[in-house]
Amino acid sequence: MATGAAAVTTAAPITRAAGAVGSGNFKYLLIAPAVLILLAFGLFPFLYSVVVSFQKLSLLDQYTDFQGLLNYRRLVNDQRLWSAVLHTVGITAVALPLQLVLGLLLAHHFLAERPLKRLFVALLIIPSVISPMVAGSMWRLMFDDRYGPINQMIGWVLGEHVSILWTIQAAWAYPAIIICDVWEWTPFMFIILLAALSNVDGEQLDAAAIDGANAWQSFRYVSLPAIWPVMMIALLIRGLDLIRLFDIVWQLTRGGPGNATETISIYMFVRGFQEFETSYTGAMVVVLILLFTAVLIAALRRMEIAR
Amino acid sequence: VRTLRSAGWYVTSILITIVFLFPVYWMFAVSLKTPQEIFKFPPAWYPATPQLQNFLVLFRDGDVWSVWNSLVIASISTLIAMAFGTLCAHSIVRFRTGGENLAVWIISQRMLPPIAVVFPIFLLYAKAGWADTYHGLILLYTAFALPYVIWMMRGYLQEIPVELEESALVDGCSRWGVLRHVVIPVARSGLFATAVFAFIFSWNEFLFALVLTRTQVITYPVQISQYFGAQSTFWAKISAMSVLGTLPVFFAVAAFQRYLVRGISLGAVKG
Repeated sequence: MATGAAAVTTAAPITRAAGAVGSGNFKYLLIAPAVLILLAFGLFPFLYSVVVSFQKLSLLDQYTDFQGLLNYRRLVNDQRLWSAVLHTVGITAVALPLQLVLGLLLAHHFLAERPLKRLFVALLIIPSVISPMVAGSMWRLMFDDRYGPINQMIGWVLGEHVSILWTIQAAWAYPAIIICDVWEWTPFMFIILLAALSNVDGEQLDAAAIDGANAWQSFRYVSLPAIWPVMMIALLIRGLDLIRLFDIVWQLTRGGPGNATETISIYMFVRGFQEFETSYTGAMVVVLILLFTAVLIAALRRMEIAR
Repeated sequence: VRTLRSAGWYVTSILITIVFLFPVYWMFAVSLKTPQEIFKFPPAWYPATPQLQNFLVLFRDGDVWSVWNSLVIASISTLIAMAFGTLCAHSIVRFRTGGENLAVWIISQRMLPPIAVVFPIFLLYAKAGWADTYHGLILLYTAFALPYVIWMMRGYLQEIPVELEESALVDGCSRWGVLRHVVIPVARSGLFATAVFAFIFSWNEFLFALVLTRTQVITYPVQISQYFGAQSTFWAKISAMSVLGTLPVFFAVAAFQRYLVRGISLGAVKG
């Protein structure tokens, strides 16, 4: 971005103008508190996890000597971990495209200026700003088989009494989780895409229309390339959120029935904080952080966001 | 035809809004129902005689302490993060400290999975005796808010013309003086917007608080999660506490709506 470039070229004159106080120490003084806190709460705990992951600490064992790759080998053969990965990827694979497509449709619908448009947009944002915890609770009440309105409404449509056990039966728990997540985060996609679409060059759209492009063609060849960078960032933010999904699943099903809806985060919570498999959870933490960091650095470097 | 299409647009918009707001309406409706009405079958769609009993119960039983805890923890950590984060952002913008690597490292800290961050913190806090304390949670939430603050303030500070700062330096302002008298006043609205969203993220956070609190400093999301029991689910308390936790967010977002897109897209959309 232009402002960023301006800062590069003009940083030097400022340094000279400073005279006695060189920016050399000053600039490090400014970042010191923030970087120290981030190191203390990011890097140091990560290194601690690495240490723990090579030990053998659990509710029963307290071996602090080096155990080699014991815990890492266990990861490979952990069926429950792989099911958790599968659950998480499955939820992401359905929820993320749904949020994107619904968000795009909504953004398209609300693109033109009309009276009251701003009011509608403001109201539609609400699901994305309330706590995921509250969203999960809300939908738990909505999905209750007897006192919730969802089964009641389905009953009206079908003309007979229905009693779907949404958060209790595995087959229905997934739709429940996905509905809740799509409800909560479609507005997030919507307002980001709406802002991006509003910034698309009107003259290019007019030119496309004069050349005889239909609505789909002008979206595909003019709007889509223009909103692409923003759309990728929105997808990255949401995709990573979904991979680490915890709150709404915790509230809707607690990973149940059994462990049918256990996500990666919930599985790690159970191992680490309920079964006290300290070293094994440490190994999972190390692998997860390395994977996330690799993906993030690769993605952020490509994206406009890092500039 | 034109008015017909316009009417169609409004009908569709109203239907979309109803679908998205219905669960929120339902939460408010349940919170105003009497306990008997909550467990009526088939469900009642509005409280016959709205009453605030469910909220009074929260005060009587002392559950509102969790809202107070949330307020204290989110406010103090936001203030600390704003102070340190703005200084750091200024350094990154004006002196290119750390280059692109530092900025990317900082934002990547924001996107790590909370479960992986909180697990070693839990072990360390257990050793230090910091679990279930204000300062323990406040420090963790400060660390959680910092990358967001630095990243957002970096965007806002980049928009300040460097000539403003240069002329202040020429006029004999010290570097701290430039920060105090030029940078911060010019970036004021961006500062407020960033603080509001950093506060909301901490206010809404659940997993850190779930892991690191027992009884003393539980926050309102943890309090809500405790109402879901194996045998009985306390619907009245769930809905009332959810309303208490959601109202401040509504007001904050309504006041800072102009900055919302920028705030939640991590600055990707400047709009």
